[in-house]
Amino acid sequence: MDVRLSAEQRALREAAARLVDDHAPGSVADLDDEARAAGLEAALTGAGWRELRAPDPDEEGRPLASAVEAAIVAEEFGRGPADAPFLGPTLAAELRRRAGAEPAAALETVLLRPDLSGLVVLDDEHARCSGVAIDARGATAALALVRAGHGHDLVRVPVTGTSPGRDLTRPAAVVGDARAERLPAAGPLTAADVEAWSALALALTCADLVGTMRGAVGLARAYAGVRRQYEALIGTFQSVQHLLADAFVSVEGSSSVTRHAAWAADALPPSEALAAASIAKAYCARAAREVCEAAIQVHGGIGMTWECLAHVHLRRALVSAQLLGDVGVNLARVAAHHEIGGGHDGLR
Amino acid sequence: MDFADSPEEAAFRARLRAWLAEHNPKLPQSSTSDAYWDGQAPWHRALYDAGFFGLSWPEEVGGQGLPTVYDAILDQELALAGAPPRPSLGYLVQGMLRHAAEDVRKRFLPGLVSGRERWCQGFSEPDAGSDLASLRTRAVRDGDEYRITGHKVWTSYSDEADWCLVLTRTDPDAPKHRGLSAFAVRMDQPGIEQRPLKMINGVTREFGEVIFDGAVARASDMIGAPGEGWKLAMTVVSHEREPGELGYVARYSKAVNELVARLRTESGRSTEENVRDVTWAVIEAEMLRLHVCRRLSDRLDGISHGPEGSVDKLLMTRVEQAVGHAALGMSNLTGGIEEDTWLRMYLYSRAQSIMGGTSQIQRNLVATRILGLPVA
Repeated sequence: MDVRLSAEQRALREAAARLVDDHAPGSVADLDDEARAAGLEAALTGAGWRELRAPDPDEEGRPLASAVEAAIVAEEFGRGPADAPFLGPTLAAELRRRAGAEPAAALETVLLRPDLSGLVVLDDEHARCSGVAIDARGATAALALVRAGHGHDLVRVPVTGTSPGRDLTRPAAVVGDARAERLPAAGPLTAADVEAWSALALALTCADLVGTMRGAVGLARAYAGVRRQYEALIGTFQSVQHLLADAFVSVEGSSSVTRHAAWAADALPPSEALAAASIAKAYCARAAREVCEAAIQVHGGIGMTWECLAHVHLRRALVSAQLLGDVGVNLARVAAHHEIGGGHDGLR
Repeated sequence: MDFADSPEEAAFRARLRAWLAEHNPKLPQSSTSDAYWDGQAPWHRALYDAGFFGLSWPEEVGGQGLPTVYDAILDQELALAGAPPRPSLGYLVQGMLRHAAEDVRKRFLPGLVSGRERWCQGFSEPDAGSDLASLRTRAVRDGDEYRITGHKVWTSYSDEADWCLVLTRTDPDAPKHRGLSAFAVRMDQPGIEQRPLKMINGVTREFGEVIFDGAVARASDMIGAPGEGWKLAMTVVSHEREPGELGYVARYSKAVNELVARLRTESGRSTEENVRDVTWAVIEAEMLRLHVCRRLSDRLDGISHGPEGSVDKLLMTRVEQAVGHAALGMSNLTGGIEEDTWLRMYLYSRAQSIMGGTSQIQRNLVATRILGLPVA
């Protein structure tokens, strides 16, 4: 056992942090700066990090990088917050790799049910397809599943444009009544494949939440170091210090469960990976809302203004919390894994 | 980055698991019964004699000299077997390893690590709790000895200790943090009176108070240099806040396993609230296990003595109190007539946000030492 990041992983984290610091929005106004956003998009394309889960040409079926590496990038993107698509394309690439399909030629994401709790699953490929393509900026298509014998095949639906939504950094596209097209040359995904994909999706979502929390704490900490009241910096007041200390402690706990979930996504059998991911998701989703709320509180009235980045973090956290199941869904998964609360009583 | 065992670690785990299958004394939870405290010393010696205690400490003080992460394996296996946790002495060991002169380390540490000599820690006083540096216990030089007078409280294991690590004021004229020195003091002498404290869970064997009335300490038994007492105390308490040093992952995981078992087997117990509380206890305990894996891994290249223990302590407190709340829901439904282990487990959980430095003190440390917030 040695759960420290390797030298290569630390270098990746530094590179991702640098890219994010250079190009992510530093203010709410920056969100509308198209030249900046194009710069971030170009830098990310250049880094090739959206292909981390694409197949390694030298090793049959294995991804180019582990889930730990993908989680490192996801965390830095959450911290930014970076408004270029990473999670959606990474999860689409994972589906294609597991199905043995060719990597996508154009930017692609995944199609989730409207409550974001899981992939859209069609009964047959002729059924009309509706859902939400997450993290869909620049995407031309989204992947979903269609039942095929004992497994699932991949289908893709076209995506055109995005709608402004609660997450200001990762706009989604609503897909309604679309015709799905079966992906060529793709084998069926087994139930274990879908479980493993879900574990990865949860782990990366947790990493995004950890980053979001780090970003929110950093923002509030900086503000507490400049804002004066009662002729003192508000960061000198214990009430403010304790709020931020508790937030930081939540980030550290979240970081520890997320590191394990990311490792488990590749290293453990799918059902165990999913159990680890569910624990991490319940923990991180609960923590993230509290931490982002604390960041707003530290900013006082300023935290309630559109111009303050704190709500950008909170909004991203709310969407990440919902992705692949919120706190309650994952509590129920953990309870089921431990065989408690079954039957007529307990968690539903 | 790997949470899995290396071949050497797997072999160690298998050896430990086989030993535990034969030697688990099946003591009750420490928070629920004096029977645990009766059995603690034999358990310490058994664990040590089998080569399963002091895993990461140096061989010259009786440790096994293994990488730090072996303690994480030990805690996991203890919990899995339903065995008692390892004795929580690491903070004393770390304090002495860092501050005591070599001859003092060699004199005291082997007995402490092996459990042949029992130790307690005399830091807090009735009027010096969070403000520890205001302590008033005096040590006055008298030839080759010091005479100690004062009153210590919250002294764990004071009833059976052979030695006490006592923090005293040796220079009343120095600034309050600089006038302190620490001593190893024999407990079996006329100048010491020890009184047990009965806690809210009914346990009497864990905490005591100790009255020093002219007790004698040899000058050569000073731990660290004169005036170094505060630094030693800070090293000790910083490690006293670390679940990885205390071995508390085993405590919580074992408690959670018991909660899950009770919920599964007892009909009518699975109310929505109980299932939710136990599920959160499962999640919190697992979080701490993984957090300790991370912190012990960070130590593979050497130990640090920074403020991170305060983060650990606050996380650990959340775990213990989540487990405590879940335990409350497992308590007997006898109209409040009967007191049971689950209620005691809950009651004791309130201590975690107080002992070893209150949660309020830990938050001060996290805010100023880690987050770098300005100090008034």
